[in-house]
Amino acid sequence: MNAQIIKLFAFITVCFAVLVGFTSYWAVFDADNLKNERVNKRPLFKAQQIKRGTIFAADGTVIARSTPNGRGASIQYVREYPTAGLFGHPIGYSFISQGNSEFESFHNSELVGDDSEFTSIIDELRGKDPVGHNVTTSLDPVAQQTAFDQLAGRPGAVVAIEPSTGKIRAMVSQPPYDPNQVPEDLTALNRDPGGSLLNRATQGQYPPGSTFKLVTAAAALDSGVIDPDTLIDAPASLNIQGSPLANFGGSAFGEINVETALTNSVNTFFAKLGRKVGEDRLYEYMDRFGFNSKPQIDLPTDEVMTSGVFDSSTGELLSPGEGVDISRIAIGQERLLATPIQMAEVAATIANGGKLMKPQIWDQVRDADGRVLDTMNPDEQSNVISEDSAAELTIAMKAVVTEGTGTAAALSGVDVAGKTGTAEVPGRENCDGLPNQAWFVGFAPADDPQIAIAATVECTDGQGGTVAAPIAAAVMQTLIGE
Amino acid sequence: MGRTVRSSARNRELLALVPVALLLTMGFAAVFGQNDDVLSTLSLSYGLYFLAICLAAHIYIRIRLPDADPYLFPLMALLTAFGLVMLYRLDSEFSRELARDQANWFVLGLVLFAVVVQFLRDYTVLERYRYTIAAIGIGLLLAPRLPLIGAQVNGAYLGVKIGPFGFQPAELAKICIVIFLASYLREHREVLVVGAKRVLGLTLPPLKHLGPLLVVWGAAMFMLIFIRDLGSSLMFFAAFLALLYVATGRFSFVVIGMSMFMVGAYFIYSTVGHVADRVDIWLDPYQDPSDTGFQVLQSMFAQADGGLFGEGFAESIVAIPGTDTQLLPAAQTDLIYSLIVSELGLFGGCAIIAIYLLIAARGFKVALMANDGFSKLLATGLTSVFAFQAFVIIGGVTRVIPLTGVTLPLVSYGGSSILANFILLALLLLISDRARREAQGGH
Repeated sequence: MNAQIIKLFAFITVCFAVLVGFTSYWAVFDADNLKNERVNKRPLFKAQQIKRGTIFAADGTVIARSTPNGRGASIQYVREYPTAGLFGHPIGYSFISQGNSEFESFHNSELVGDDSEFTSIIDELRGKDPVGHNVTTSLDPVAQQTAFDQLAGRPGAVVAIEPSTGKIRAMVSQPPYDPNQVPEDLTALNRDPGGSLLNRATQGQYPPGSTFKLVTAAAALDSGVIDPDTLIDAPASLNIQGSPLANFGGSAFGEINVETALTNSVNTFFAKLGRKVGEDRLYEYMDRFGFNSKPQIDLPTDEVMTSGVFDSSTGELLSPGEGVDISRIAIGQERLLATPIQMAEVAATIANGGKLMKPQIWDQVRDADGRVLDTMNPDEQSNVISEDSAAELTIAMKAVVTEGTGTAAALSGVDVAGKTGTAEVPGRENCDGLPNQAWFVGFAPADDPQIAIAATVECTDGQGGTVAAPIAAAVMQTLIGE
Repeated sequence: MGRTVRSSARNRELLALVPVALLLTMGFAAVFGQNDDVLSTLSLSYGLYFLAICLAAHIYIRIRLPDADPYLFPLMALLTAFGLVMLYRLDSEFSRELARDQANWFVLGLVLFAVVVQFLRDYTVLERYRYTIAAIGIGLLLAPRLPLIGAQVNGAYLGVKIGPFGFQPAELAKICIVIFLASYLREHREVLVVGAKRVLGLTLPPLKHLGPLLVVWGAAMFMLIFIRDLGSSLMFFAAFLALLYVATGRFSFVVIGMSMFMVGAYFIYSTVGHVADRVDIWLDPYQDPSDTGFQVLQSMFAQADGGLFGEGFAESIVAIPGTDTQLLPAAQTDLIYSLIVSELGLFGGCAIIAIYLLIAARGFKVALMANDGFSKLLATGLTSVFAFQAFVIIGGVTRVIPLTGVTLPLVSYGGSSILANFILLALLLLISDRARREAQGGH
């Protein structure tokens, strides 16, 4: 019988080896998949036991903090947003069952204190509970509140950027939502026809209208297609690809230069200019300004939308030669769509002498003891146009505000440079027959820019100059005043 | 010569007990430090207490079973210590005293061990009472279905309850059945082999002696349907086939038995809802992750948190924070292996499996050294049933086979399991003592 006993033992050894194999599979090889399994709540419970870091505004105002419930091993932290909806965008929310969104999601690893393995082992030996790091943003609560009040519940967005650094000083999207309500009301919020959970500043894709003429003008001036004194005949109307393209108000301007054309937002001038620049070159400048790829802001990529020309049926980005109408793109129409953050980047680039800085919301990461772990270093995203071209555009943009369509953006004692836009979007849903998308993009002070801005309002019967310019003015005033 | 071998064996046993007590002390200290942030001498005294009990048992073995295998007792004590540490870690979570209860069962188990050794010096008398023992075993299996004392847990009838005392009779029944099988096969193994006929290329046992095979097969099927204890049924049948193979040396008998089991199991799978559910959950636990698939999924998720080295004692989430709801269900019994992997990692899990493998190795060594057929088969049967039980539950929580409720021997919380396994140890050591004495003394 001994031979059989030995074989039996061999069989049991094989059985046990299978157990070791399966244990290794679950515990090591397949562990990451299991941790990401939707029905696996363990990672969430674990995250709940870490005191998530506080998010501060630039002046130290608390935007988000975690407060403990219970004690000892069963302690759990709950996220709280003391300013309610004021920073709902772009900060987002962080709750166990609803997950993380926007800034809370992008900066999750800092907020939960993911350090190198080495540091956490030391902390473990010292018996310290894991604590997240605090993150300070560049957001200004006063500017945020001003933008909030100025939008006054109208759907739209405001983005204010410090041009020399790319710091986001204000980002507001309306209608707002209160992140504190997310645990109870997420389903209702998701169904909200007003789309309050949507951050329009980064995800709202709107026809940019005449504000896009800045990009056309930049491409033309910087590539030498025209100089500031080049005159182009601007009739009241042009026939482009079989349909008429007319100036607002139907006036003919005769031979004018780019400054006059920007000041009065002359469509026929820019339609012709667009053809002079050409598809390839215009696309090249659009790319440099950040179009056709996602803004490099510190928000999750799936919560940031690309700006560009989109095929209306497939939603795909269109490239030169794919049947785009360059004359209408040059004046911000056709199937061109842009996000408020993208248009703010256009303004910030011109304000910063032609250099686009990477837009960033965060400013500093500190550990729980207050030691600075990381600071945002301003980073140039691209050198878009020359300083001279930027200066030439600035002169024209000043004229827009002093004598053109953007006078409502003027501030007392400070020169403002800007450009209005009014895109007509007939047949848009949920707009109750109010067809316009009103825009203002600009910066101030014009000669020493401290703030660049884009403000837009959906579903209005007003113009960029009457609806969006006053909002931008008020926000810039707040930020310059400091 | 004999004396030196003897004392060196016992000294090895004594020496092996020291790391066991150390492990217990360090484990308790780690759990205590984790939960209370203060290290007290309490954990140290636990270790000393445990060492004292083991020492008492060791001295008893030294006197009564001087030639017995030196490693079986320390290995089983090691498993118990492992279990005690894990239960101690669960105490603060459940506000219960699982570890203390288990320690008491351990003491009681050792007392029972001593009683068996004392009164069953000549264990061969068991052969004489094999039908009585078989009847007791089957009676024990049926007890959970009896009115008044039967208790249903998770759709299976696993326990009896008399007043405040719960008891899982299958644990004791496994020893009774193994004794019966060992004794029956010792007597009939020759005729089973000699009378075998070849039919269609398969060697079939003679019909006349096929009876017991059919009876045991029937009993296993019966358990599946009537007691709904899939796990025990699996473990019994595996041990039965192992014994049949060792007794007859005919692998074809195993194949026949296995296919009969498969056919029966398939029939039951398609007719009995409880069994079908278990199998369906095993195949796809995600079909109902919050209800029927909950246990096995939580077991996998807990193991995923463990990684190579585990999260550390008392670091794994057992109850949903802020509530008493268990996230890892049955963490003190069926799923204790998942908890071990979660907190001590793949290495902790491998350590447990290695201990079971070592016990199996020593158990089969006892069987190899035994001189008579009954001793060989009894040692083989006891070792097999012990090893298969570990396989059934670890395999269940790691999704090798459907998850069924059997205890992880000596580690899971539960008195019946501890008592039964110390009776099993007593029998193994009795066989071993006699075998080695005969080998040395040259009877």
